[in-house]
Amino acid sequence: MSLNIIVLAKQVPDTRNVGKDAMKEDGTINRAALPAIFNPEDLNALEQALRLKDTHPGSKVTILTMGLPRAAEIIREAIFRGADAGIVLTDRALGGADTLATSYSLAQAVKKFGKYDIILGGRQAIDGDTAQVGPQIAEKLGLPQVTYAEEIISVNNGKVTIKRRLEHGVETVVAPLPCVVTVNGSAAECRPRNAKRVMKYKYAASTSEVANLSDIAKARIQANPELNIAEWSAAFVNADPDQIGLPGSPTKVKAIENVVFTAKESRRLDNDDNQIEELIKELIANHTIG
Amino acid sequence: MSEKNNLIVYCEFDEGRVADVSLELLTKGRVLADRLGVNLEALVIGDNLQGIESQIFPYGADTVYKVEDSRLFPYTSNPHAAILIKLFREIQPQICLMGATCIGRDLGPRVSSCLHSGLTADCTALEIGDHKDIKTGKEYTDLLYQIRPAFGGNIVATIVNPDCRPQMATVREGVMKKEIYDANHKGKVVDLKAADYVSDTDFVVEVIDRHIEKSKVNIKNAPIIVAGGYGVGSKENFQLLFDLADTLGAEVGASRAAVDAGFIEHDRQIGQTGVTVRPKLYIACGISGQIQHIAGMQESSIIISINNDPNAPINTIADYVITGDMEDIVPKLIKYYKKNSK
Repeated sequence: MSLNIIVLAKQVPDTRNVGKDAMKEDGTINRAALPAIFNPEDLNALEQALRLKDTHPGSKVTILTMGLPRAAEIIREAIFRGADAGIVLTDRALGGADTLATSYSLAQAVKKFGKYDIILGGRQAIDGDTAQVGPQIAEKLGLPQVTYAEEIISVNNGKVTIKRRLEHGVETVVAPLPCVVTVNGSAAECRPRNAKRVMKYKYAASTSEVANLSDIAKARIQANPELNIAEWSAAFVNADPDQIGLPGSPTKVKAIENVVFTAKESRRLDNDDNQIEELIKELIANHTIG
Repeated sequence: MSEKNNLIVYCEFDEGRVADVSLELLTKGRVLADRLGVNLEALVIGDNLQGIESQIFPYGADTVYKVEDSRLFPYTSNPHAAILIKLFREIQPQICLMGATCIGRDLGPRVSSCLHSGLTADCTALEIGDHKDIKTGKEYTDLLYQIRPAFGGNIVATIVNPDCRPQMATVREGVMKKEIYDANHKGKVVDLKAADYVSDTDFVVEVIDRHIEKSKVNIKNAPIIVAGGYGVGSKENFQLLFDLADTLGAEVGASRAAVDAGFIEHDRQIGQTGVTVRPKLYIACGISGQIQHIAGMQESSIIISINNDPNAPINTIADYVITGDMEDIVPKLIKYYKKNSK
């Protein structure tokens, strides 16, 4: 049985490698100083999707992302690794969305997409760490959800068997299709780019990217429709303006602070044997250690 | 007091015991409920719940709702979500707290999506306060301030849900303190009929196998922690920290950067997305001190920071700062401890 698979992915600032120049003097984020990357756990989800495609010939993997037009970059990356197609849901009206408005918007895009068998996504994105969008999309689509998935063991007779990795152990569950599955970072790493696919799809571009191309490049994409990365607007997915972006977000950011910790009177030591021995003696004397 | 608009805590339990994180939230919830002048309520869903309220009342709950059905344990998303959704429509809590566990983080979003209420994950502090909407000028009193590090822990955001109820938040285990409110406190038990809240069609996901392993790592209750960050540099160098920990009778912890770099396993991660700890001694090696890490260890009694960078942010909250290579300094700590201890 071939499967129609949707993988939800996000382009995120690389918050794991925040250098000193990432914060401006006034405590706001200098986004320009952070590279934009494929959210790591979404790559784990992509690998699970590609494995399903390997074991179910004829399956199709479509990447769906919401973000700025430049998020087409992660769609190309996913296509290089084996995905078949991609959609960027992008619209100024979607900006400032919290997880609820985001999941509504993505759920609308999934409805527009039409028929599918399974929706996969990373457990959470590293810029927010909320893990909320997956379950919220499942609820909006009226589908069951399986979170913290580590491995999709099998798909048979309209049911999927999944191993979950929880705080204190593992659990194996069986869920009916279609359903939403969010994948943990502990799952198998994503396969690398495939050289042949890179050659074939390196010119793949989204609608707004095409607009900035030379006439020759435009002609090339017109001649090869598979190079076209779809770009969808909020109106195209029939999103209710009251439920998207900032207006559609129940949570509001009241304040953002660059936290200043109450500085202690620190004692400064050098890498010096006498000083270190004195410290140890002191900690033993006041019963902190020993 | 009103039967409506109270504060409710979703209590997790396993093997007959209410989870620590739920008791921690009841402790915090009692303080917030008193501040608001409302009742503190608890909800337990599962199987074999006889007498479970006796574990909950001492933490100050005024009402314990119980929903019992053999199919409600082990936890699956749809049935538990269905119960919360229907119950919340009836009793209209103004605040709902749950653990930021695999269960709470699976259940919370599903419920908040259906009720169109806001949900804030992994809060590190909860307070009650007022809010004025800058655009509309509308003023709100007594909202729940949901405070959490954001953006990989580089900033701290205060989130409010001005118009939607309940205001929902998840909190990780260990972030709030668990404290008995009154050992003799008693409240009311409300047994809800499972069939009134969940239908057979909600039981769509079947748990066919479960292996619960108790974590071998117990950093949460360790009196001394030796923690390593990205600056430790490698998995091999972490062995030095294990040597020091063995010498001192300590546990080894790590920052998120060290875990992400693959130097050490995730269950040793300390910070907002890991465990919160309050040991009597915390030795931070090669940890720069992102907010998300500091949030999880700043209440340690004594903090020693060992870092190449004399200006590492963590140094500002350290009692002792040793500037230099941790590869050099850690063996010296071991050597002089062995020399001076009896």
